[in-house]
Amino acid sequence: MRRRAFRRFKSNVMTALLMLSVLIAVLPLVFILVNLIIKGAGSLSIDFFTKMPAPAGESGGGVAHAIVGSLLMVGTACLIGIPVGIGAGIFSAEYPGSKLATMTRFVADVLNGTPSIVIGVFAWTWIVANQKHFSGFAGSVALAILMVPMVMRTTEEMIRLVPNSLREAALALGFQRWRTSLQIVLMTALPGILTGALLAVARVAGETAPLLFTALGSQYMSTRLNEPMAALPLTVYTYATGPFEEWHRYAWAAALVLIILVFLLNIGARLATRRMARLRG
Amino acid sequence: MTTLATEPRAAAAPSPGTRSLEKASRGDRAFRAALTLTSVAIPVLLGFLLWELWTGSALARQTFGLDFITTSEWDPVAERFGALPLIFGTLLSSFLALLIAVPLSLGVAIYLTEFAPMPLRQPIANVIGLLAAIPSVVYGLWGIFVLIPVLRTTVYPFLKQLFGFTPFFQGPIYGPSMLSASVILAIMVMPYIMSVSREVLLAVPPSQREAALALGATRWEAVRSAVVPYARTGIMGAIILGLGRALGETMAVTMLIGNRHEIAASLFAPGYTMAAVIANEFAEAATDMHFSALTYVALVLFGVTVLVNACARLLIWRVARRSGAGSSAL
Repeated sequence: MRRRAFRRFKSNVMTALLMLSVLIAVLPLVFILVNLIIKGAGSLSIDFFTKMPAPAGESGGGVAHAIVGSLLMVGTACLIGIPVGIGAGIFSAEYPGSKLATMTRFVADVLNGTPSIVIGVFAWTWIVANQKHFSGFAGSVALAILMVPMVMRTTEEMIRLVPNSLREAALALGFQRWRTSLQIVLMTALPGILTGALLAVARVAGETAPLLFTALGSQYMSTRLNEPMAALPLTVYTYATGPFEEWHRYAWAAALVLIILVFLLNIGARLATRRMARLRG
Repeated sequence: MTTLATEPRAAAAPSPGTRSLEKASRGDRAFRAALTLTSVAIPVLLGFLLWELWTGSALARQTFGLDFITTSEWDPVAERFGALPLIFGTLLSSFLALLIAVPLSLGVAIYLTEFAPMPLRQPIANVIGLLAAIPSVVYGLWGIFVLIPVLRTTVYPFLKQLFGFTPFFQGPIYGPSMLSASVILAIMVMPYIMSVSREVLLAVPPSQREAALALGATRWEAVRSAVVPYARTGIMGAIILGLGRALGETMAVTMLIGNRHEIAASLFAPGYTMAAVIANEFAEAATDMHFSALTYVALVLFGVTVLVNACARLLIWRVARRSGAGSSAL
């Protein structure tokens, strides 16, 4: 009987320890968010979004150039990466047995696990080294390469979820195969694909490493993609590692903006998934 | 039936039917060609990436050969490069990160699949999943201004007092150090290990734990003796996947590790990693040899992560095949 009680006691102790691990795991998230709000929110103002940085040592100013740069580069990356990702995803879902599909799937997994800094080196040797100057476009290409495998794998999975009966019904009604794929299958899977795309955007919007020596960053407003360009994550990095108190204030505020952006994209993605789930149910 | 009967008559109407059939096959062919093109683009891209890294590092590979990964000198002015401290730093920081993250994330995963009240399971998993959404540079910022001061004033002195007799916790306490980088890495890889091992645990058939419970096991004993052993391979896969993440992580590590080309026994001393050296020196490199050496580092890093990820996927794939579930873990 004593032994039984001991075993039950041990089970309870272990449960408590597991609960503790959940608490410890949630703690960093809480601290990061609280710190971001405490140190960042005070610096957020209209100026922060609309003005250029003030010269070192002066107060005021903003990061308008970085916001514009981030939007432009991520937008360009979407234009390149999302169509390729969706196309490859449709291919490997609609022709799953083909050798090409198997290979593409494997390669996408390899690319997905490749450190983003390596992709940055690739974009540098490919574009920057040949053009002999840093450019926002090189940064966009690096971000697009990061997006492709993510978009592809979710597209493929979402299309797989579309019931075959839908496809058969469309074909039986005389739809051509490509119209079946685009109008019936793709449309049905669209909310799920949108989720994948939004998550991919959320991830590359926060990427710094592949931009360090492609877009490089800039202190000026630049809207031309063949020039060095600023980006929010780059700004956070530069200001966080810089020596001035004022810069650190910028860094916190920019990080707060960045994280709000990323979380909004994540929430948007989750809402799209919910619609997809309802569609399936 | 009636619709089927009218079908041939409509198609039999002189030429438009055949023309539309022809058009159909042409449309299908164009569609497939376009998809094939996007699909081919991905392997071509990877091939191109390998080619660029290979040719980009040619100069350094020919000059240093394999000595590159066994020597420690890093002198851009004298154009002598050895990556041993970088490789050591990458491996050690990732290993330490796993040492911290694995027990925690397995604890969370087990609690969420076996013990937590049903309505709390998904929300807690979502909240911890948010950690994976935080950009690396934000971790770096938080690490510099919040984590390091806390570690330096409270945790490190305590560790030094406790384990100061070992070489690992000796010497002056710097803020940015191998240990600081490992702690931030641990926080960053935790959500990945947690979510994959949670999926693996969810794929364990209920009959496993029911059988253990029916034999009189306590809930912990059921987990210990039936659930975890069943999921062992998949959990191993999750851990290795986390390792892959940790190896390539750049920004937060660059900001916290102290960036010194040195192999130190003490974890309080600054170090360097492969990803961090590329991040720090690539934009400022002046000579061809320096670029080439950094590209060589990228090539080595790429090789290591591909190897590690392949192992992880193989393990997870074996579990997924056996249980028919957990495909989203891939």
